[in-house]
Amino acid sequence: MATAEAAHHDEHHGHPTGILRWITTTNHKDIGTLYLCFSLTMFLVGGLMALVIRAELFQPGLQVVDPHFFNQMTTMHALVMIFGAVMPGFVGFANWMIPMMIGAPDMALPRLNNWSFWILPFAFTMLLASLFTAGGGPASGWTLYAPLSIQGGMSVDMTIFAIHMMGVSSILGAINVIVTIFNMRAPGMALMKLPLFVWTWLITAFLLIAVMPVLAGAVTMLLTDRHFDTAFFNPAGGGDPVMFQHIFWFFGHPEVYILILPAFGIISEIIPTFSRKPLFGYTTMVLATAGIAFLSFIVWAHHMFTVGMPLAGELFFMYSTMLIAVPTGVKVFNWVSTMWRGSLTFETPMLFALAVVFLFTIGGFSGLMLAITPADFQYHDTYFVVAHFHYVLFSGSVMAMMGGAYYWLPKWTGHMYDERLGKIHFWTNTIFFNITFFPQHFLGLAGMPRRIPDYALQFTEFNVISSMGAFGLGLSQLIFVYVVIKCVRGGKKASDKVWDQPRGLEWTVPSPAPHHTFDTPPKIA
Amino acid sequence: MSSAPGSYYVPNPSAWPIIGSIGLFTLLLGFMLFLNEGAAGTWLMIVGAGIVALMMFGWFGTVISESEGGLYNDHVDMSFRMSMLWFIFSEVMFFAAFFGALFYTRTLAVPWLADTDLLWPNYEGGWPTAGPKGPLPIDADTAVSDPAAQFSTIGPWGIPVLNTFLLLASSVTVTIAHHALKHNARGNLILWLGVTLVLGFVFLYFQAVEYSHAYGELGLTLGTGVYGATFFMLTGFHGLHVTIGAIMLTVVWLRCLRGHFKPENHFAFEASAWYWHFVDTVWVGLFVFVYVF
Amino acid sequence: MLCSRIRTTAIAGLSAAAFGLMADVAVAAWEVNLQPPVSPIGRDILELHNLIMLICLIIFLVVFSVMFYSLYAHRKSKGHEASQFSHSTKAEVVWTIIPFLILVGMAIPSTATLIKMEDTSKADLTVKITGYQWKWQYEYPEHGVSFYSNLSTPRAQIEGIEPKGENYLLEVDNPLVIPTNKKVRFLLTANDVIHAWWIPQFGTKKDAIPGYINEMWTLVEKPGTYRGQCAELCGKDHGFMPIVVEAKAPEEFEAWLETEKQRQAKQTADLNRDWSKDELLAHGEKVYVNCVACHGAAGKGLPEAFPAIAGSPVATGPIAEHVSLVMNGKSGTAMQAFKNQLSDLDIAAVVTYQRNALGNSTGDVVQPSQVNSIR
Ligand code: HEA
Ligand code: HEA
Ligand code: HEC
Ligand code: CUA
Ligand SMILES: [Cu+2]
Repeated sequence: MATAEAAHHDEHHGHPTGILRWITTTNHKDIGTLYLCFSLTMFLVGGLMALVIRAELFQPGLQVVDPHFFNQMTTMHALVMIFGAVMPGFVGFANWMIPMMIGAPDMALPRLNNWSFWILPFAFTMLLASLFTAGGGPASGWTLYAPLSIQGGMSVDMTIFAIHMMGVSSILGAINVIVTIFNMRAPGMALMKLPLFVWTWLITAFLLIAVMPVLAGAVTMLLTDRHFDTAFFNPAGGGDPVMFQHIFWFFGHPEVYILILPAFGIISEIIPTFSRKPLFGYTTMVLATAGIAFLSFIVWAHHMFTVGMPLAGELFFMYSTMLIAVPTGVKVFNWVSTMWRGSLTFETPMLFALAVVFLFTIGGFSGLMLAITPADFQYHDTYFVVAHFHYVLFSGSVMAMMGGAYYWLPKWTGHMYDERLGKIHFWTNTIFFNITFFPQHFLGLAGMPRRIPDYALQFTEFNVISSMGAFGLGLSQLIFVYVVIKCVRGGKKASDKVWDQPRGLEWTVPSPAPHHTFDTPPKIA
Repeated sequence: MSSAPGSYYVPNPSAWPIIGSIGLFTLLLGFMLFLNEGAAGTWLMIVGAGIVALMMFGWFGTVISESEGGLYNDHVDMSFRMSMLWFIFSEVMFFAAFFGALFYTRTLAVPWLADTDLLWPNYEGGWPTAGPKGPLPIDADTAVSDPAAQFSTIGPWGIPVLNTFLLLASSVTVTIAHHALKHNARGNLILWLGVTLVLGFVFLYFQAVEYSHAYGELGLTLGTGVYGATFFMLTGFHGLHVTIGAIMLTVVWLRCLRGHFKPENHFAFEASAWYWHFVDTVWVGLFVFVYVF
Repeated sequence: MLCSRIRTTAIAGLSAAAFGLMADVAVAAWEVNLQPPVSPIGRDILELHNLIMLICLIIFLVVFSVMFYSLYAHRKSKGHEASQFSHSTKAEVVWTIIPFLILVGMAIPSTATLIKMEDTSKADLTVKITGYQWKWQYEYPEHGVSFYSNLSTPRAQIEGIEPKGENYLLEVDNPLVIPTNKKVRFLLTANDVIHAWWIPQFGTKKDAIPGYINEMWTLVEKPGTYRGQCAELCGKDHGFMPIVVEAKAPEEFEAWLETEKQRQAKQTADLNRDWSKDELLAHGEKVYVNCVACHGAAGKGLPEAFPAIAGSPVATGPIAEHVSLVMNGKSGTAMQAFKNQLSDLDIAAVVTYQRNALGNSTGDVVQPSQVNSIR
């Protein structure tokens, strides 16, 4: 239907080159690349902070940093990882893949797309600069609970404004994703034909638009409590510190699904390819994703079982949280069924996908245990929780992104990555990951609280193991960085299909994909 | 850069986004310094706001000229519409946080505090309240003698109810203007849109009067416990949104004067009108839950 | 019940499956499960924990045996051809319903335990616990006894100058004392930020929230000393805010209560006499432990965050301002009001100490009566 000269203008006009090209670009692939590079940088920054944490916890006693700085590291590590590494990482994947997967020339709102990205470096400048202010960075944990965060210095204000900026970025990015998916599909690309990655992102984007404004509201109240004399969280004025937690977690819980749903999407692309079989139960996968998203809005107070809620509230949040295991379980079972009687090979992306299914499930099960309210009274604010969320966040979200990167790198760069190094990265990463975080389950059960710079002697052994694992895990990421750079620089030419029998539109175009992939909408079978 | 039927307009590289980011950053940095008594803060804020305004002019200017230049087709128009609706949804959620705070404190926190005799022996709770340590509420709309000990609230049946009518009427007039636009009745369009604007600005004027009344005579300020906090944050953010909506409508009105928009193609008009209806709806919620109950 | 069997199985299963090398779980340092409970609720929680752990472990083994079997048997390298089936409504319904039923099975005992935990009625003794940055206050409202409980691990151990003791970081100057086999109700609140009071072996943890009172209860069956920690991030020394409880047989508890009452009566008497400078300095040095966390043992503070006492304009300026700062704190900063935590004597002593030690030498002496007149 289209006359195709539409998007071909790029080559003819004097387009900026060099750094200006990246700053002013409206191309979804350029912007995707920016997001991914940003995410990787932030991952290394956040990881270094984690290493400071692990170095201090290597031995009992205070050796490396003072407790105040330790708290700043904990806070910053989490903010940088969540808002700087994982969320932008997934937006990078969305930018690259969604237009390609649905047969569109670009994102629906290309200029806005540029802005969504370019807010982030400024937001993180603000956030990271707060470490250098008088009194140091924010030290109240990433959850910024009042009234502790009200005590902090100007760094807390910087954090609040950085969060406002990240919020704007996320909301604009999410709007763009939704509109692209609804409005830019090639003719014939019915909703129920969308690749699962697109579906998960559609739902993620909805979650983002629904909860980022709530976070903005929460930190705005914090700001006015700090500077404008309001009493939202001050009991003397009739407020309640716990109200901050309610508002925060109304954002916070859907947020954790924002961090995992696109990962599920990536896994659901990789597994069928290397099983040489269609995804099992496509429709239920979509429904399960929607179900998880719906439930995520009514479970938030499971982070707050110990605040002294009325019994009825505790029961409600326990039951609703437990329910999430059902749709998530459906996903796990469907992935396993996709492999069942397939014809399996184990290239690096597949290895990552398998590890994600396996390790995420461990994290999911510990999540389920946390949902059991009476037991959570023991687990809450211990390393058991820390172990839980690193299993879902690192071996869920981050490793899914790594798998996705290996999977699509050839399409992005036109070169094959180094398979041997990829496998080495996989094994070192996965082994060290488990050495780092598995012992933390035991630490938590034995009673080690989280967010402490020093601990009692009976926790020593597992902490030593965990810290050694963390350094190994850090080093193994250097392999990843090397593989990516090497692949961008050159390597064996990748074919259009790249893999044996991949499904999806992205494999029908050349590698590397042309600047505007689909000037003419493709024919959908 | 053709816009042949069926193709989708992909704009050229643009510098407006980065300018917007720099402006936003400067503005917020300035605000942060201002809050922490840094001298440079105020100036940075002004500069930042200026850059943001420049970006808005430039960016929207580009969009307007692209639109008037016929580069957009229905497909692009649809993208704009969808994004505006989702943007409004995000605004709804922003207000939801503050309404949530209001409901939470009223129905849970304050009664709990009133029950906590061990810590707050003489606190009765109830609504309005400024909390156990705050001033005591007296009848609505009565001037207080000692703001440290008393405060009074703004009753619903004075200016607030009038304001409700103003905004509801303005929603009607903007719809009339929309119909006029669809029937290409330019005179009516300009008239009714103008009336909408007047109603909006009168609303804002009344709000300002209310605020000075509250601060001056009623002893009701942002610092008047949770009542003051929720009252001013909700009505304040609403007022801010009315201001934004009014600015949007003003721009649209000026564009109408210049002969912009066509009966079948007038996204900017519709977007502003939707936004206006949204602001209106929020007010009705405010009127009911902040003033009446 | 069958729970102890479940517990053994769970521990064995877990350690075998996950950490094969750790067959010997007896060593405390390698503890991989919850601490041994000493209260009925603690026991219920442990059983619940073991039960759910076991269920999860079984599901896990089943799911991943299937997966690994498939990885092994359906490899391409073995020449396995892919079949192309893509759904099976029957299977999907089954694996939606079965997990749901399992969850219902887990929810039932959880609900029962939760209801028990939340029932604080008919308590034999009430203790009010208040969290401060960074110490606890314990009050027995029915007996008019109250005291503070501070970390007693010496700084030198923390900084690695001295070898660490057995109860490193889990020791306090004044532990909470409660009777065994009595239902003790705790009322929790906080003075500044949120803290959480937790003794793992009791199975109790609850947040202490400023302005609000939370309730929980325990019944300790075995006399002994039980240790826990503050479990909610409360600022710099969150990690140095231990909780120690001594559970004593009821008679011993009564005896302890009597001595404690007498000790506190003597303290009140002390407030009314005049104190010599040396006495004040000696006592002040002890009271100063309340301040060390922020202002440092040598009074040097922490640049930009906590001011130094040495040469401080307040600690060398007018006495009245100094006393009133210590009593009322400074709102919006971590400097809290010590009015309700410290007696007139304590405040007089610590102010005298700050003015004559830590690098200051104003020569001023502040008497408890002076403080009382400002109060
Ligand atoms: C990617 C992020 C992510 C994900 C996906 C999850 C998933 C889940 N989380 Fe997690 N969680 C976090 C990130 C995440 N979480 C973070 C960051 C925190 C800490 C925040 C902070 O305090 O700083 C946290 C904390 C947290 C708590 C609070 C703990 C505390 O502080 O006391 C709880 C409590 O209920 C919880 C529960 C769950 C549950 C039930 C799931 C479920 O979605 C898991 C469902 C999956 C499965 C159950 C496995 C697969 C299912 C089957 C194989 C089917 C069969 C199973 C059964 C029938 C049992 N999480
Ligand atoms: C996506 C989110 C994410 C990710 C990926 C990670 C990754 C890691 N996290 Fe993080 N973490 C959180 C989210 C995340 N974390 C959150 C939300 C919290 C809670 C915060 C709070 O309590 O408020 C937390 C808290 C947290 C704690 C508890 C702190 C405390 O309670 O005081 C610990 C402790 O071990 C920890 C460790 C680690 C480690 C070792 C990694 C590793 O995986 C990191 C690996 C990466 C690197 C190490 C960097 C790469 C390598 C280089 C830069 C090269 C140089 C390296 C060498 C020379 C060795 N994290
Ligand atoms: C939780 C941390 C904390 C503790 C504990 C603490 N202080 Fe402070 N103190 C501060 C802070 C922060 C300030 C700075 C307040 C400000 O910004 O003016 C301060 C200021 C002071 C000052 C004024 C110093 C100056 O020159 O401005 C004195 C005197 C003082 N404290 C005495 C004490 C005494 C006595 C104690 C113990 C009984 C104590 N403080 C315990 C945090 C603490
Ligand atoms: Cu008190 Cu942590
Ligand atoms: Cu959650």
